[in-house]
Amino acid sequence: MELYEYGMNELIAMLKKGEISSVMLTKSLIDHIEEKDKDIGAFLYIDREGALKAADKADKERKEGSDKPLLGIPVAIKDNICTKGTKTTCASRMLENFIPPYDATVVERLKEAGAVIVGKTNMDEFAMGSSTENSAFKKTVNPWDYGKVPGGSSGGSAASVAAYEVPAALGSDTGGSIRQPASFCGAVGLKPTYGRISRYGLVAFASSLDQIGTFGRNAQDIALIMNAISGHDDHDFTSAPGKEVYDPDDIKGGVRGLKIGLPKEYFGEGVNSEVKDSIYAAVKQLEERGAEVEEMSLPYSEYALAAYYIISSAEASSNLARYDGIRYGHRAEKYEDLIDLYACSRSEGFGKEVKRRIMLGTFVLSSGYYDAYYKKALEVRTLIKNDFDKAFEKYDVLMSPTAPTTAFGFGEKSDPLEMYLADILTVPINIAGLPSISVPCGLAGGLPVGLQIIGRPFEEKTLLKGTYMIQEITGKLRPEVR
Amino acid sequence: MEFEAVIGLEVHAELRTKTKVFCGCTTEFGGQPNTHCCPVCLGLPGTLPVLNKSAVEYAIMAGLALNCNISKFSKMDRKNYFYPDLPKAYQISQYDLPLCKEGYIELETDKGTKKIGIIRAHLEEDAGKLIHDENAGTSFVDYNRTGVPLIEIVSYPDMRTPEEARTYLTKLKSILEYTEVSDCKMQEGSLRVDTNISVRPKGSEEFGTKVELKNLNSFRVVYKALEYEFKRQVDAVKNNEKIMQETRRWDEDKGITVPMRSKEAAHDYRYFPEPDIVPIEVSDEWIEEIRKKIPELPYQKKDRFIKEMGLPSYDAGVITSDKALSDFFERCVELYGNPKTMSNWVMGELLRAMKETDIDSEDLPISPEQLVRLQNMVDNGKVSISMGKKVFDSMFKTGDDPEVIVKEKGLSQISDADALNEVICKVIENNSKSVSDYIGGKKKAMGFLVGQVMKETKGKANPQMVNELMRQELDKMQKN
Amino acid sequence: MDIDDKTVDYVAKLARLNLDEQEVMDLRGDLSQIVGYVAKLRELDTSNVAQTAHVLPLKNVFREDMVKSSMNRKVVLANTEHKQDGFFVVPKIFE
Repeated sequence: MELYEYGMNELIAMLKKGEISSVMLTKSLIDHIEEKDKDIGAFLYIDREGALKAADKADKERKEGSDKPLLGIPVAIKDNICTKGTKTTCASRMLENFIPPYDATVVERLKEAGAVIVGKTNMDEFAMGSSTENSAFKKTVNPWDYGKVPGGSSGGSAASVAAYEVPAALGSDTGGSIRQPASFCGAVGLKPTYGRISRYGLVAFASSLDQIGTFGRNAQDIALIMNAISGHDDHDFTSAPGKEVYDPDDIKGGVRGLKIGLPKEYFGEGVNSEVKDSIYAAVKQLEERGAEVEEMSLPYSEYALAAYYIISSAEASSNLARYDGIRYGHRAEKYEDLIDLYACSRSEGFGKEVKRRIMLGTFVLSSGYYDAYYKKALEVRTLIKNDFDKAFEKYDVLMSPTAPTTAFGFGEKSDPLEMYLADILTVPINIAGLPSISVPCGLAGGLPVGLQIIGRPFEEKTLLKGTYMIQEITGKLRPEVR
Repeated sequence: MEFEAVIGLEVHAELRTKTKVFCGCTTEFGGQPNTHCCPVCLGLPGTLPVLNKSAVEYAIMAGLALNCNISKFSKMDRKNYFYPDLPKAYQISQYDLPLCKEGYIELETDKGTKKIGIIRAHLEEDAGKLIHDENAGTSFVDYNRTGVPLIEIVSYPDMRTPEEARTYLTKLKSILEYTEVSDCKMQEGSLRVDTNISVRPKGSEEFGTKVELKNLNSFRVVYKALEYEFKRQVDAVKNNEKIMQETRRWDEDKGITVPMRSKEAAHDYRYFPEPDIVPIEVSDEWIEEIRKKIPELPYQKKDRFIKEMGLPSYDAGVITSDKALSDFFERCVELYGNPKTMSNWVMGELLRAMKETDIDSEDLPISPEQLVRLQNMVDNGKVSISMGKKVFDSMFKTGDDPEVIVKEKGLSQISDADALNEVICKVIENNSKSVSDYIGGKKKAMGFLVGQVMKETKGKANPQMVNELMRQELDKMQKN
Repeated sequence: MDIDDKTVDYVAKLARLNLDEQEVMDLRGDLSQIVGYVAKLRELDTSNVAQTAHVLPLKNVFREDMVKSSMNRKVVLANTEHKQDGFFVVPKIFE
């Protein structure tokens, strides 16, 4: 078996025993990435030198007795998370040459835990998109079928884990950008509760919705990453106080007595029937193992997508206003005056989808429209959140398909509204700030189906328990080697 | 038909916190360009603001000193616009839920006390500084000042004359200085004033077209600009000309207001709640805690000066209107004891010297210690009072110690009886007519003789002693 | 709701984006479609509903007024070529 085929837990054990060194492991993985990624295209940048240096340091520290939890383990980082001294582009021409002078808190914490950062992964530009087709630089394909998208916006991170390039990768999720690509690529993807993980260093898209999360191949790996990066941060005052550590063994506890709700609005007409069948089959198995399953309703679900697009576009239009090329980023060479410099730099630097969202966001905040759109959306947000709060009085978790379909083909969703509908099952969770995970539960038409588990605020542990159980039932998915 | 002005003032004051409002960079003035910056205040991608507690407290303290209601629930909002001195392209400010509301300042006018209402005072962050190079066609940006906390204080348009506006500003400045929330140095930009003015016939309730005046860099300029603008608007109304609603600035050379080159159509700031800063809840306990920290305010100090030090109301008012001045005065009293003596110096020589040299009370070249030592020398007879005033002038010009000045200029009072008698005898010898006048009963003649002694000694003779000795000498002569 | 060219132009100016004719046309269509979709929210009566601007019930999160060291100026200016004597350089601004 190749080193890249092992899971994180196994690699940690092997490193501890001295069976392999981190340098060996890192070299093996990067060699494999450089080969495999010619087809997959998950990485925007591979830092061989930096990674090997970090791996070497990890090996030395291990000899000195260090027991850092992720010592010597290679991971990948989505390219909208700042890495000091290394380009962070958000897959946009606007930041093509931007080198942050600081590490995001999650990157700092990964380093403190001893992890080796292998490279930065591809994404939809500024995290706006559901297929990674909006990257300004390259195409990432779905490891299961190179003619299909990996999902988005964290398509690169999802593909890198699913294609066995790295055992874990960080992503970000604003409306489903971790869960949906996890679902399309057959990986596990967790979006934690809003505030669980520091946003400091995550290039902002929609501040009240963004969260950093992680991809992995199983629940224990996710728990290990979470332990390293989660917890209050003094640089992010929207991060929740305190820190919780997950015992990877604890999540094997089983699902007896777990009250599961199936929101009927998430199993409607727009959802592919094979996908639904896959979910029902997995849920039935959970029922046989002692879970209590019931259909229920989240009545305001149909308004979530509209509220999401208003809130996220509005916040994005403000968060992206700083890109003018004066302090960093793309700066136009031909312009007439200062105002034109701004307009040219921004128009040249941003792609179509980004411009579209900025325009929409600017519009809904402009005078005369604020009350009808933005204020309204914030009120509807309360209604959606209340829906979930009420549901969680009765149920421990809610389950649904992560996406209405399996991975679609490149160029298939050219109408923006059609593309937005791909997010319809994940978006309400961001609006309410809840934790949610996507776990592969089967195949439909040869492509992975993701099952979404939604939990109460800060109950990621329950999600991991459910994830573990489902993977026990369905086995781990692995794309055919091509 | 008589017209009146309707004037409102908007004042921005930098809060005296050690660090910026959303990051830990220093707020120190000066400093090489772009050396007080960090990823947060530069607005680098991925950064987040973290709110400085002191900034909030100072803002609340200012609000309390301005008799405002402090909002129990308050939040920050984003004000979105593009400008090179604004790195995030939005300013974190407060829109609909400001920290402080509905306050007032009382002005003493010649018609009695007038209350000027304050609509609101809120917390926000400052932008950077721009320097323009006309010839090169470029501008330079320094972000040191970006993120310094500001309090914006908006008055009701309650002022009716430029004089009232100036009085309001002086009073507001002294309150902010006294509470120590701001050092209010207009020349360093820690106090900025914008004003708006419209005119209407006296007695009318309707409002005329408002014109905004900006870039006013001293209270004097505010006064002159308002004065000019009032006249311009009245003339326009009288000539049936339309007054444009616009922003104008003061042209110092020409002594007029001119329209500012319009940046663009009225800004659409697209305010929305700042998602990165959670709301602020101000409890009654917190308000009381802050209220206790408020240093003595000007009107309280004035009362104390009148009651405890026995100063006349006018003097107390003048001294307490300026914090640095009253601090100076109090230190003198602390060292010397007698408030009346010290207030004589302050109200007399000190204010005069300040006016002549155009030096502010914050930049006095002399210290309270020096002034007290000078007064001690007068008390000891080392220097006469009139000499003392000369020493003061020198001290104020050079900052040198009084002892040094007296020594160098040989201004020591002659209090040596023998030396004086020598001069007295000489004067008596040379002024036999006056002497016989005095002996003959014209007591006033002694004044002349004493004056001659003073003249001979170039003012250095101790006048009391001269009087004493002269009288003795003359009486001796009379007996003979 | 139909968004006209004038609105698209106004919003583009506000957002500091230059759009060519094709883009204006495309955006006009896109925006109208999206705006029509989100206008759906008007179906709901939210007159008694509070706004949720923050999902976590956090309040009064502050930091102490303690000075931290600033960035070295070289680093501040590192991501642009347009700098001079320690300043960032921009085309002249008219006041």
